[in-house]
Amino acid sequence: MIYAILRRFGQMLFVMFGISVIVFLIFFATPGADPAARIAGRNASPEVLEAVRHSFGFDRPLYVQYVKMMEKIFVTGDLTSFVNRGWKVVPAVLDSIPVTLSLVFGAAILWVVVSIVIGIVAAATRDSWLDKLLMALGLLGISMPVYWLGEVMNLITQSRYHDSWAFSWVPPLGYKNFSDDPKGWFLTLVIPWITLAILYIGIYGRVLRAAIIETLQEDYIRTARAKGLSETRILLRHALRTSLIAFVTLFGLDFGALVGGSALLTEVVFGLHGIGKLTYDALQNLDLPMIMATVMYASMFVVIANAVIDFVYILLDPRLRTS
Amino acid sequence: MILSVRDLRVSFRTNDGLVRAIDGVSFDLEESEILGVVGESGSGKTVSLLAVMGLITDPNADIEGSIRYKGRELVGLPARELRRLRGNEIAMIFQDPMTALTPVYTVGWQIAEQIRAHRNISKSKAMDRVEELLAEVNFPNPHEAMSRYPHQLSGGMRQRAVIAMALSCNPALLVADEPTTALDVTVQAGILDLVRKLRATHKSAVVFITHDMGVVSELADRVMVMYAGRVVERGSRAELFSDPRHPYTRALLGSIPPLTGEKPRRLPAIPGSPPSLLRLPQGCAFGPRCPVHYEPCATGKPDLGGGTHAAACFRVAQA
Repeated sequence: MIYAILRRFGQMLFVMFGISVIVFLIFFATPGADPAARIAGRNASPEVLEAVRHSFGFDRPLYVQYVKMMEKIFVTGDLTSFVNRGWKVVPAVLDSIPVTLSLVFGAAILWVVVSIVIGIVAAATRDSWLDKLLMALGLLGISMPVYWLGEVMNLITQSRYHDSWAFSWVPPLGYKNFSDDPKGWFLTLVIPWITLAILYIGIYGRVLRAAIIETLQEDYIRTARAKGLSETRILLRHALRTSLIAFVTLFGLDFGALVGGSALLTEVVFGLHGIGKLTYDALQNLDLPMIMATVMYASMFVVIANAVIDFVYILLDPRLRTS
Repeated sequence: MILSVRDLRVSFRTNDGLVRAIDGVSFDLEESEILGVVGESGSGKTVSLLAVMGLITDPNADIEGSIRYKGRELVGLPARELRRLRGNEIAMIFQDPMTALTPVYTVGWQIAEQIRAHRNISKSKAMDRVEELLAEVNFPNPHEAMSRYPHQLSGGMRQRAVIAMALSCNPALLVADEPTTALDVTVQAGILDLVRKLRATHKSAVVFITHDMGVVSELADRVMVMYAGRVVERGSRAELFSDPRHPYTRALLGSIPPLTGEKPRRLPAIPGSPPSLLRLPQGCAFGPRCPVHYEPCATGKPDLGGGTHAAACFRVAQA
């Protein structure tokens, strides 16, 4: 078991190394583009250009450039984007991480809990009006684009009905640090959490329902009935656990991607300066060091999320433990 | 009398029409008696026993007739009452031990779960009982086997675990649905010995479904032969094997290779294939495949009639 964990950890490091090399090559070794000119920005003086070239090692072999870049990101943390007049990249990323993590974690808890309940209820009442209603609502949730839903949410809670009793508690847009103001942190995030979670509740609820219904056809469910167990126990103890595998797979992919920046639209709509927003701005300015850092960060989360999911598989299914 | 089934009919509504899976089956079962139920796939053996267990969950199924367990009517019994009997007084062993256990729990946990569903005892007491049960079904190391997951056991071991589970509440009636079909021959013999031994120790009555005449001849006290959802012949083992009356039973017995004497170059087979339950032939369902059919077979359905040894055949009634 411990050996398996260590091996998985080693694989993780290897994948991240591979990603860093590829990202580096795409941005800094593409033929015909001078990365020094990009980093220095428009109309840079020859002196600035020369300083950039020297600082990033662009006058030296490729592997030296790679090592210098990694050193600037991970060791000294003083990678600077010249486009932004000397903005330090690593602190900017570190500042955005808590915003994105707060948003995505809260939404994830919400969507996991709600979609499991919906999936179980729909599967248990299969083909009833309740099942049909839940699945229709799920489809509706999937069909609403998050930027539109977010704007509608804002329209309702920030302007139209802000003064009514229902939404007067909603604070203005923006992010409050958890350490400074836990209550404010929570209140500002409630509407973004709901907005982000609705899409995933729809998807996950439907996926889980299908998986449970498939599992209910298995022979061991018939055995469980023959044992005289109650339908509730059969559903929760025997059908749900094996059905969660597809659910967990999806969750790993979606969660990693969201933490890595896919929550961009939600962040923009609600004025949250998270990783998605940072990456988006960096892409607009072609801010290469910033893109490099955010892509590295995002890949790290996708890889970590996948490793965690692999462990959850092992917890869920003992058949995976022996090999 | 443990079980008394009268005129049981099970039909399924499908898009193609009504499938009469069971069409008027009656039989009785005495205490600690082994009844062998024989027939081809689709003859209704499994469905009739699933009906007894109350395990037909298809909403398109209609169940009519009477199933009395110790005098109590099971057809139409509320789900909660039925659940109290299932696993407790009536237990079932399934055909494929590979898929009959939930893959994510240990064998011990799954057996203890059944005990605790019907008995108000502590987890550790239940686990002690599990160890006894596994020893009883000949696990060499029952304590270790308890903490095994199904995938860590061989097919024969899993079937033993399933049997231990079925016996955990001392059922008065054990329903075994082809428990040896998925196992190889030496393992089969072990399971049959086990069923015999358990019948002696637990005094359970056993309904043993199989399509293997050899298994029936070794195990059953009485035999019931089914074809196309009806019982075509019933009798004691001796009666059925020494004096088979229904042409279908005779054909089944004729297709077993003899152990002594000259072996035929080709084993005789029954021509044709079992009829579709959607479009049963007029008259006797076996008629089109029957070597001795004559005019009455084409129009009327022969009754099984009374008596311990009976066959549903006009030729038999005539003779």
